Amino acid sequence: MKILFLVVLLFSQWAQATIEIYEFEDPAHEQRYRALTEELRCLVCQNQNIADSHAELAQDLRRKVYEMINAGQSDDQIVQFMIDRYGDFVLYRPPLNPKTMILWLAPVLTVAAGLLGFWFLLKRRRQNDQQPSDADLQRIRDLLKKSDNQ
Amino acid sequence: MRFLIPLGIFFVLVIFLGIGLKLNPREVPSPLIGKPVPHFQLAQLHAPDQTFSPEQMKGKVWLLNVWASWCVSCRAEHPVLNEFARTGQVEIIGLNYKDEPADARQWLAQLGNPYTISVMDTEGMAGLDWGVYGVPETFVIDKKGLVRFKLTGPVDPNNLQTEIMPLLQILNGEAG
Repeated sequence: MKILFLVVLLFSQWAQATIEIYEFEDPAHEQRYRALTEELRCLVCQNQNIADSHAELAQDLRRKVYEMINAGQSDDQIVQFMIDRYGDFVLYRPPLNPKTMILWLAPVLTVAAGLLGFWFLLKRRRQNDQQPSDADLQRIRDLLKKSDNQ
Repeated sequence: MRFLIPLGIFFVLVIFLGIGLKLNPREVPSPLIGKPVPHFQLAQLHAPDQTFSPEQMKGKVWLLNVWASWCVSCRAEHPVLNEFARTGQVEIIGLNYKDEPADARQWLAQLGNPYTISVMDTEGMAGLDWGVYGVPETFVIDKKGLVRFKLTGPVDPNNLQTEIMPLLQILNGEAG
């Protein structure tokens, strides 16, 4: 088991090595590069961002981001470049627009529905806790009396 | 009466999950639909001293097929494209994506060449402009040079009959 673990470790090092390293003259550029590649989705391996993905497409996109940053493009320009080619899907945080409205509103609506249901439940329970009516009390007394007499 | 609410919720869930199962997460809608073709000017595979760019096809309905010799699904769609090209209904341009030109030429020599022209996108930068993320991909372009349809994945007799051919018929009828 230990050996297997070591072997896995060995190979994970290997896998790490395939992500290329870009050098930036300006630390701020590097910061932007990190942030952008973490926000952009790799279209091939859809649950990874392009910073983590080994897919060739992710490599190309990383290179593109690097080139665009060095060419002095703003973050918005780079993101727009990607959206123009791959659609909103390339963003991990989709923008709020009519198409994605339900995506953004669903959690709020679900919580609201839950609270509403809870409120109704409480209301009904409180009603059940109400004092018994006089007629009911009278019946209880009668029943108790009856059982005492027996 | 009480059980009706959970039952109702259950059925709504079943319907949504059912729809979810049928969706294909690989199918990402292309933002290019209805937009002008992205420009490129690339050397031709069989005549490297000559270039091709999509503007040359203006006035014609055509297909752009993204392929590569390393791509397994391309092998699967290749006979379908060969046969479709033989009918002469439409010109198919090949975008040879991130490939070795020698391998690509050999691949076509071996399996047949359905393409009027293939261009070499060795670096994959034209592919990037076209939003290519999974080879093979096929685009349908109309006479005005607008992208009208994109298929991600291999062309097969089914999607050729039900999606591509009917669209070609409509586009051929449109004014240039």
